[in-house]
Amino acid sequence: MSDVIKFHFDVDGENFTSAGEASVQVKKLLRQIGISPDCIRRVSVAMYEGEINMVIHANGGVADVLVDDEKITVILADKGPGIKDIHLAMQEGYSTAPDNVRSLGFGAGMGLPNMKRYTDTMDIESELGVGTTVTMTVNINK
Amino acid sequence: MKIGSIAELLGANVIYGNNMLDCEVNSACGCDMMSDVLAFVKDQAVLLTGLCNPQVVRTADMMDMRCIVFVRGKKPSEDIVSLAEEAGIAVLTTDLRMYTACGLLYSNGLAGGNLA
Repeated sequence: MSDVIKFHFDVDGENFTSAGEASVQVKKLLRQIGISPDCIRRVSVAMYEGEINMVIHANGGVADVLVDDEKITVILADKGPGIKDIHLAMQEGYSTAPDNVRSLGFGAGMGLPNMKRYTDTMDIESELGVGTTVTMTVNINK
Repeated sequence: MKIGSIAELLGANVIYGNNMLDCEVNSACGCDMMSDVLAFVKDQAVLLTGLCNPQVVRTADMMDMRCIVFVRGKKPSEDIVSLAEEAGIAVLTTDLRMYTACGLLYSNGLAGGNLA
């Protein structure tokens, strides 16, 4: 596998019900190309949390997944409000999600920490009023 | 413990997964907060929850779980059940509350399993 395999998804920000559809797809696709179950879980959980974030905070966005020999890269980009204080947002339990999201099982301030927990690298670029791009990688064969 | 035994112990209805009743599961977790499931579940195959929306199924799917038990009489809608069918996850419902349902399973030998 020397080529880079790419998947692209649009994340619909209109309804919370469909949030996570792209991650479920990625999980299936990674299984088809023979990625290990542990690696698949790490990628799909991190991406799932990211998708939920995009739906809650940014009215959706786009997700790109790149698979090369060494790693899986997930890039989540939105045109949402941006993250005011990334350091604070990374703290477990800190959340700016509205209360109604909590009744849906999210918004406990675990999203970004979970994404970091399950990935080998995570980079957040965010500008207020412009949007946020989160780039995560998970090493294969780790 | 077999999924069938879980259904029996909890007096649960099997909404989906009659073909999975012989499937063995070794540990479970009870949680209403899906982010905590994503953070703390390692190899628990059963999720007991009072939350009733499609994200419960997606969360269970992400964690490779085999069975969801909706407690407190929550009835999953058709779209929730069809998502579970697609993911191959059994769906049970019980009128028991979370504490009682977990306690019954635990005291009958279904462990809590390891932390991630």
